Amino acid sequence: MKISREEVLHIAHLARVALTEEEITRMSEQLSELLEHFEVLQKVDTEGVTPTAQSVNLQSVMREDEVKPSLLPGDILANAPRREGDCFRVKPVLE
Amino acid sequence: MNGISDGVTVHEAHKLLKEKKISSVELTQHYLERIKKVEPKVKAFTTVTEELAMERARKADESIADGKAGLLTGVPLAIKDVICTKGVRTTCSSKMLENFIPPYDAMVMEKLNAAGAVMVGKVNMDEFAMGSSTENSAFFPTHNPWDLERVPGGSSGGSAVAVAAGEAVAALGSDTGGSIRQPAGFCSVVGFKPTYGRVSRYGLVAFASSLDQIGPLTQDVTDCALLMNVISGHDKRDSTSVPEPVPDYTKSLKPDLKGMRLGIPKEYYVEGMQSGVSDVMKAARKKLEELGAILEEVSLPHTPYALAVYYIIAPSEASANLARYDGVKYGYSYKGNTMWENMEKTRGNGFGAEVKRRIMLGTYALSAGYYDAWYLKAQKVRTLIRQEFDKVFEKYDALITPTSPTVPFKIGEKKDDPLAMYLSDVCTLPVNIAGVPGISIPAGFVDDLPVGMQIIGKHFSEETLLKVAYAYEQATEWHKKRAEV
Repeated sequence: MKISREEVLHIAHLARVALTEEEITRMSEQLSELLEHFEVLQKVDTEGVTPTAQSVNLQSVMREDEVKPSLLPGDILANAPRREGDCFRVKPVLE
Repeated sequence: MNGISDGVTVHEAHKLLKEKKISSVELTQHYLERIKKVEPKVKAFTTVTEELAMERARKADESIADGKAGLLTGVPLAIKDVICTKGVRTTCSSKMLENFIPPYDAMVMEKLNAAGAVMVGKVNMDEFAMGSSTENSAFFPTHNPWDLERVPGGSSGGSAVAVAAGEAVAALGSDTGGSIRQPAGFCSVVGFKPTYGRVSRYGLVAFASSLDQIGPLTQDVTDCALLMNVISGHDKRDSTSVPEPVPDYTKSLKPDLKGMRLGIPKEYYVEGMQSGVSDVMKAARKKLEELGAILEEVSLPHTPYALAVYYIIAPSEASANLARYDGVKYGYSYKGNTMWENMEKTRGNGFGAEVKRRIMLGTYALSAGYYDAWYLKAQKVRTLIRQEFDKVFEKYDALITPTSPTVPFKIGEKKDDPLAMYLSDVCTLPVNIAGVPGISIPAGFVDDLPVGMQIIGKHFSEETLLKVAYAYEQATEWHKKRAEV
């Protein structure tokens, strides 16, 4: 299992993580090594086995639709790196 | 001061407070002074909340004076820095959240506060709970009080050390693949990962949502039961929390194992297990037999696949959960020229090496063309591991394994070898995969380094695990040994 430099760049793009040159090289080596080890999974016979997403037998959990106070905008925005009034401020998405 | 110089357990503290032999203010001051004294050596805390602690201690003393003292009223506790604390910074030991101040409390904090507990501070961890040594903290590594050159385990290393070094009476941690049990084993304290859904995850910063669970780290099994009584229970704000009634866990503290059937899963006694650990386990099994338990070897044949299943599923969930750190809403934010540059560099600079490695691994396993071969395959093998546990618990009350295959390793020894680091969780990972409860208790020492014994049970068998743990603890002296710092 070899994860190439191109694949590392593709995954980093999907994950929106900027990597340095050194990180790209190391990531390629380490991901390759890990995935090679994890290939043992392919040997397990899982024909007809349903996947497990979570381990408790709860399904479609519903709750009453109650009216109650939520956090105030000021509390939520207190941690904002950039804010303008009651809004988060970001660089233009479309230019 | 009133015989607490060596520290007290929760039940001892409660007795002293109730009988007015000591005040919560005095008790809290003792722990704050102890923190000042040993922190330069062990470095367990990311934030010490001295002022807040004294304020809460004064309040606790008022409740005690009014005759309203609960079991946790006035007792100083440490909280892992992944649990949201209103108004107190919650860093996840990451540069990303270095200055993040939650606007709300986690459910467990609401419960501890209502019970009158006194938080003395937030404790160090592997960044975003990803790691097995607390070396992945973006701030500093934490040192094992039994040998300062060794790791305390992780990711709840700060929680285990705070308890083992007498900096807090007890602590809360979180466990996704062993993060409470492995450090508890490495530091010779009790660490409990409850059944998935037993304790609300509301306000626990998410790592891998189908595996994460909050639990206590304590000096003995009695304290563990006391904390479980307070933090367990259903919460509408966590749709995976289970509406099962919470029993009084202290009722399980009966030292009697007569007729109890305990399985010894042979796959856990892995290649690479240190002979000293193996010897400790042999002695522990003998002790359990003396106590009346029936021990038999059992087999869980899919155990060797647990590591691969875990390191596909946990990073996949992490890659989705950690997408929220975009530099817009809170946390570290890179200030460049475009939106995409800001987001990518926020994440590139804000996350440490291990977190980035897991985000990359998870993104890969979920990406188009690889989803079926990796993520879906891992979920199917997860089913097989779960079914195997269900089957073995038809015949056995609990399983006995070592918590880790080795004693605590040296700081730096495995830092640059992810696979070697991942292998230190090989005995604890299957428990989270199946969602069952597991507890680690002190079981002995190899060359003065702690070894933990893990007890695993079926879903919601917390009482059985506490019973086995308590019986073993009462028949041994390991939990009374204290690290000298």
